[in-house]
Amino acid sequence: MSADAYEAIIGLEVHTHLMTRSKLFCGCSASFGAGPNENVCPVCMGMPGVLPVLNRHAVELAIRAGLATHCEIAPRSVFDRKSYFYPDLPKGYQISQYELPLCKGGYIELPAHSDGAEPRRIRLTRIHMEEDAGKNIHESDASLVDFNRSGVPLVEIVSEPDLRSAGEAGAYLRELRSILRYIEATDGKMEEGGLRCDVNVSVRKKGAAEFGVKTEIKNLNSFRFVEKAIEHEVSRQIELLEAGGRVAQETHLWDPVREQTRPMRSKEFANDYRYFPEPDLPPLSVTPDLIEAIKTAMPELPADQRARFVRELGLTAYEAGVLTQDREVAAYFETMLAAGLKNHRTAANWVMTEVLRVVNDTGQPLADAAPLAIESGELLKLVETGAISLNAAKTAFAAMCKSGQGAETTVTALGLAQVSDEGAIVAACDRVIAAEAAKVAEYRAGRDKLFGFFVGLVMKAMGGKANPKVVNEILKRRLAA
Amino acid sequence: MNSELNRMTIAEARDGLARRDFSALELTRACLDQIKLVDPKINAFITVCAREALEQAAAADRQIAAGDASALSGIPLAIKDIYATRGVRTTCASKMLENFVPPFDATVIGKLRAAGAVFIGKANMDEFAMGSSTENSAFGATRNPHNMERVPGGSSGGSAAAVAADECLGALGTDTGGSIRLPAAFCGVAGIKPTYSRVSRYGVIAYASSLDQVGPFAKTVRDAAILLGALAGHDPHDSTCSARPVPDYEAALNGDLRGMRIGVPKEYFVAGIDPEVERAVRDALATYERLGARTVEISLPHTEFATAAYYIVATAEASANLSRYDGIRYGLRVTADNTGELYNRTRAAGFGAEVKRRIMLGTFVLSAGYYDAYYLKGQKVRTLIRRDFERAFEQCDVIATPVAPTTAFKIGEKMADPLQMYLSDIFTISVNLAGLPGLSLPCGFDREGLPIGLQLIGAPFAEETILRAGDAFERAGVVKRRAAIL
Repeated sequence: MSADAYEAIIGLEVHTHLMTRSKLFCGCSASFGAGPNENVCPVCMGMPGVLPVLNRHAVELAIRAGLATHCEIAPRSVFDRKSYFYPDLPKGYQISQYELPLCKGGYIELPAHSDGAEPRRIRLTRIHMEEDAGKNIHESDASLVDFNRSGVPLVEIVSEPDLRSAGEAGAYLRELRSILRYIEATDGKMEEGGLRCDVNVSVRKKGAAEFGVKTEIKNLNSFRFVEKAIEHEVSRQIELLEAGGRVAQETHLWDPVREQTRPMRSKEFANDYRYFPEPDLPPLSVTPDLIEAIKTAMPELPADQRARFVRELGLTAYEAGVLTQDREVAAYFETMLAAGLKNHRTAANWVMTEVLRVVNDTGQPLADAAPLAIESGELLKLVETGAISLNAAKTAFAAMCKSGQGAETTVTALGLAQVSDEGAIVAACDRVIAAEAAKVAEYRAGRDKLFGFFVGLVMKAMGGKANPKVVNEILKRRLAA
Repeated sequence: MNSELNRMTIAEARDGLARRDFSALELTRACLDQIKLVDPKINAFITVCAREALEQAAAADRQIAAGDASALSGIPLAIKDIYATRGVRTTCASKMLENFVPPFDATVIGKLRAAGAVFIGKANMDEFAMGSSTENSAFGATRNPHNMERVPGGSSGGSAAAVAADECLGALGTDTGGSIRLPAAFCGVAGIKPTYSRVSRYGVIAYASSLDQVGPFAKTVRDAAILLGALAGHDPHDSTCSARPVPDYEAALNGDLRGMRIGVPKEYFVAGIDPEVERAVRDALATYERLGARTVEISLPHTEFATAAYYIVATAEASANLSRYDGIRYGLRVTADNTGELYNRTRAAGFGAEVKRRIMLGTFVLSAGYYDAYYLKGQKVRTLIRRDFERAFEQCDVIATPVAPTTAFKIGEKMADPLQMYLSDIFTISVNLAGLPGLSLPCGFDREGLPIGLQLIGAPFAEETILRAGDAFERAGVVKRRAAIL
């Protein structure tokens, strides 16, 4: 039996930092980049006698995340202690939520894909709040712990096992990241541990009703690794089953160097966290008024923006999907339109090709890599009015990325403006007609195909800057004469 | 004169200081002299803070001279060594924290500092507040000032003994299952455990977070009321701390008991109670009737399950609370080749037997497969006990019971049998499970001259009522305060 006879069943647990100024249970800064153990206090160091005080802003961001993913917000949720020993965990327990999380249910809609796949709805099990741990640093002669990250607020977003491929898992993560960025709950920066992922994978024969035995792959910190790890694990499980073996329920670690998973030693994970309600924090009550206030202040979500782009601007679902993967990209696109562009799809494609290319090529954020959106808009406006050609616009754009100068200035400086002045074009056409008398005779005798040949010569004579539309009109007129 | 200053009550000393009869320095010196004299025998203190106390006293004198004395200016207090005190080592009577110096003050320590109090020293206790006799201390047992062969009760035994031995004017304890009320009873002083949430727990080293509560010891109920007024109130650092306004507890002591209904739970006068204890408590009830109160029999039917529920809930919370003592960031560290072994060795060397026993119990009751049978059931029992009290308080204003079934037992007597030790708390534990205020005050002495304690239990936040009842009893003068025999 081939691998095609199987389908993968995938569920994701995503941990992401909430963008708060201070930590979840104390007033220490939650920012990154400080020297080791500079952002610490007795509370996040787990000193004897200290108590947690819940950060209200973190709760509001978590509620926003819940509302943005269509979750039900629990009027009463409970924090629990999750006990395990690890040097980066100062209290010997993590304050998390277990039986009664803040958000339940909900779903994320995956946008339409370029391959024409239908939009898919991936259900969420829950979203709960918890605190991050510190960071162990191993040196040759000692192990050190940096507690700056200890107590930074996290949400854990748990999906149902609704994903069916590595690619779908990637699409889910991109959409989730996009939503969280839109609502400003997280900056989604992977390199600072801003988004970490545990993956549950099993396979089953297509059409089978029951799930297979799953394995868990822990602590993946890039989307690429998630996809690679799933691909690797799915083929490993299929090969195992095909060889008559059985999948063992175990936890795997992803080895990013060898690009494969390996089972964790049993000592590497605790199996009994001894959860119980955190007695130092009263149950978290969320009033309908607070939910309403957060709803009112909620920005437009990617899915809504996508639908609007299709409905009002005539974009394809795929184009809308690409633009809304990133809030900044979508905003760039909308600002461009504000220049008064009529051809929305040209603008969309401009962003998807020209703008995203410089972002990818430079590896810099959009704001640094590309010219101001309004200048990009002005540039395309020049194309729409026929002042420059699309090719000239591309040349100008490349220059603008480097110089940071405006569209008009750049087009003028580079001499890219098209000549639409009839007098000059008439003169050029007449010169070409006079010089190519034989060909003109052939054309007039019915060889229509020669028309393009004349256009080429006129354009060449004009240094490539003549407006092709005007050239066409005038040439036709003069040749007919 | 100076040799007697340390015997004063807080109310007396407050007046004397205001009249400039003596200075805060003289008062503090008198306490330090007494400590020098008697503490080698009693061992009420783990750390005596002579230098700091004299500095605080001098500052208090300056305040008094400038005419801006605060509520406790110049009053020397003993502080149970469970409170984080900035710059002063805080051991919790454990080898684990033998050299731990906190970089911060507990909220109530800050409040007492602001009120001008003098911290004379850090008082002995059962390690991490686990025990009923102050024998479980890494710094040696504390002895009962009334009888050196007897325990002072626990876990706040050092605080109670220090007050009883006039080494200070008042003290701070904590009470998780009776740890203020039992030593108060055994040492013949007043002690109150307020309603859960009445006083901030921030900076109080946690034993069982949902039961722990801060409270004072004093020579009189009035003094306890004065101290409680300085301790109570909202704290933004403790999410479980109540925002209710704090009444003037001292003003509530008007001696008027007319119409007060005192409930007497039948379940608290059963076999096993020392007849002398029962007689003293019954006599106290008779006194109350003479003072205008009325006694009514009530029932607290789930009392028999309280001890079991307590040892599930308290140890479960403790097992997590004590996980932080891992040898990584502070406190004792016994080195090893790997982290797991470092934990094992550090915790094996740092914790005493009773602490280990409770951590194991708590770990067990929270384990997968046992949670529902133990922890969850324990919480259900807790709810039933709370309801017992709610119903009882429909019939009465105060509940009166013995504090303990016996008077102070002999040192070593119960160390080999933890279950016998746990039974010392059978009359106090329910109050913690229900989160209620409980006052312990002397109501007599047995044949051997050991104090007997009366417990007055109030409805939530009814501290004024039980303090008024306790103060009225004290003022009736039936029981004379007896100096400890030293």
